[in-house]
Amino acid sequence: MKIAFTTSGNDLNAPLDVRFGRAPNFIVYDLDTETFEVIDNQPSLHAAQGAGIQSAETVARSGAKALVTGHCGPRAFRVLLAAGIKVYNTEAYTVGEALALYRAGKLTEAKTADVEGHWF
Amino acid sequence: MILAVASGKGGTGKTTVAVNLARAFDREIQLLDCDVEEPNAQLFLRGIPLNQEIATIPVPLVNENLCDGCGECGRFCEYHAIVSFGAKPLVFPDMCHGCGGCAKVCPRKAIREIDNRLGVVETVQAGSITLVHGCLDVGVAMAPPLIRAVKAHLKNGLPAILDAPPGTSCPVITTLRGVDFVVLVTEPTPFGLHDLKLAVEMVRELGIPFGVVVNRVGIGDERVHEYCREQNITVLLEIPDDRRIAEAYSRGELIVEALPEYRELFLVLIEKTL
Amino acid sequence: MKELVIISGKGGTGKTSVTASFAVLADRPVIADCDVDAADLHLVLLPRIKERYEFRSGKEAVIRQEDCIGCGACLSHCRFDAVNVNRMAAGENQFSIDPVACEGCGVCVRFCPAQAIDFPERNCGEWMISETRYGPMVHAKLGIAAENSGKLVTTVRREAKRIAEAENRSLVIVDGPPGIGCPVIASITGAMLVLVVTEPTVSGEHDLERVLSLTRHFNIPTFVCINKWDLNPQMTIRIEKKARQAGARVVGRIRYDRCVTSAQMQARSVVETDAPCVDDIRAIWKNLGL
Repeated sequence: MKIAFTTSGNDLNAPLDVRFGRAPNFIVYDLDTETFEVIDNQPSLHAAQGAGIQSAETVARSGAKALVTGHCGPRAFRVLLAAGIKVYNTEAYTVGEALALYRAGKLTEAKTADVEGHWF
Repeated sequence: MILAVASGKGGTGKTTVAVNLARAFDREIQLLDCDVEEPNAQLFLRGIPLNQEIATIPVPLVNENLCDGCGECGRFCEYHAIVSFGAKPLVFPDMCHGCGGCAKVCPRKAIREIDNRLGVVETVQAGSITLVHGCLDVGVAMAPPLIRAVKAHLKNGLPAILDAPPGTSCPVITTLRGVDFVVLVTEPTPFGLHDLKLAVEMVRELGIPFGVVVNRVGIGDERVHEYCREQNITVLLEIPDDRRIAEAYSRGELIVEALPEYRELFLVLIEKTL
Repeated sequence: MKELVIISGKGGTGKTSVTASFAVLADRPVIADCDVDAADLHLVLLPRIKERYEFRSGKEAVIRQEDCIGCGACLSHCRFDAVNVNRMAAGENQFSIDPVACEGCGVCVRFCPAQAIDFPERNCGEWMISETRYGPMVHAKLGIAAENSGKLVTTVRREAKRIAEAENRSLVIVDGPPGIGCPVIASITGAMLVLVVTEPTVSGEHDLERVLSLTRHFNIPTFVCINKWDLNPQMTIRIEKKARQAGARVVGRIRYDRCVTSAQMQARSVVETDAPCVDDIRAIWKNLGL
């Protein structure tokens, strides 16, 4: 199974980005092969509106079935839900820490969006 | 003649100028309140409601039976108002600009458009003034389509005054499109001058003839007048700083009625513009 | 970190003068001017610009005249009345896109049979990080006739918060835009506290009701103060009552004081002068409990 993390960097030591819609990159980690790929989220960063929606689409297309991030707004949450992707909010500092928390079963699945949408 | 009253900065007296101008005019006139986020002209003109209609924009509705989840609609939409990846598309009506593109690109013709409410447009008759005002629903972000709905009520051949929203961005531009003349209202303060310069840049970009009304003359300094002289901009009218004007305004009274000595000022402005 | 957003509904109620005063009274704040359409705070806080960034948002359609076959498909597809037609002498039509009216939807681009329409990104202005005598300031200038100030507002707020976190500053003070539309929504979503500066006029009353229903809609704690309250004391009482009924907290009144304008002309915030209304503004600041 694949898990997506929001980040500004491109490896597991990189900080976990608390923003979902406007996170610069996603690290998609494959639990089966213990490998990861970095997906550029630039198109969403420059979107006039709907960055969260577009980011959610990007995550869905990556094949990830879970997303670990800081905060997630209502529109993005709706898209992720429709795509069958579970959302986990965390305050972990790095992607690696967040992954460890996930493996240890210490993250709880979010049932709703945890912030208001930023609209644009 | 279609005249718009605008200003870079809010609260300079734009609505005051628009409603008093309309009231001082001695013939039939249309007044369109295009400040749909905060429509205030109707607070100063008590009239008989003639008509009320709901303003909408077309947003997509997906027929699930026809949709095969190809995702073309979602790839096309620049606003991320429709999203699809294999399953039935999700629609976000509040993000939609109503361009109709998704329905046009859908290869299976599975998308039709339905009306999504933005606000109301109301017409009121106040003596010789036909007031049309739009009121954006709270929580709705998109003002320009509602402004277009207000402007659709313009009747040919009848003079009109448009009360524009403040600023220089999309709602203002939507209001100013197609008008013959713009009156820019400002006040003689540093904020007033700065925002006037932005407004002048905007109307010049749009290529519409314009002039300036300076409100509350006496509170500030000469810099607005100096700027107008340097730039060869006509100062059409000066309204003095008079606490009685501010008080009459606070009660929702028209200057030309509460303080008849100022009526002459507005007649001069009519002479120069309408 | 706390974020205070100051809005007004109606323009010209003194929102920016109040914001500038708070910037002086606060302890090590970060200041954000989100009234990107008519940004005035810099006229008082006199920022020294340190960094500038181009702001791009959305796209616009541009017809390549050399490839256009004059069929008019763009005109028939455009819902925004953005296609201009020039009737040429030879009986042909020349089409062009009005950049001001174009909403960047891309329908004409997609359906042009000659693929003669480009769709570049649109430059909409710039945003800046600056230093003021009271702390860092993030501000912006929206291009003339540019749209999408909502995204620019979001950018300014986000940067101000980032600086506050990086420099360990506990308060972000945001000067918000007027109205209740996209820029305002973008400036208050997720804020900790909103202060509405209104005035005792029929317009102030009307616009306050709309702004309060907006903050209620987004579930944000809202405080209200009335500027120039003595212009119409009865109206002041009425507005305060309405504000309370709408669930807002009334935090004070500011008297009508011409010194506010004189302070502005000296490029100073009101609380840096000995204007009579300084006491009123200080009292409000205290009531906010920040």
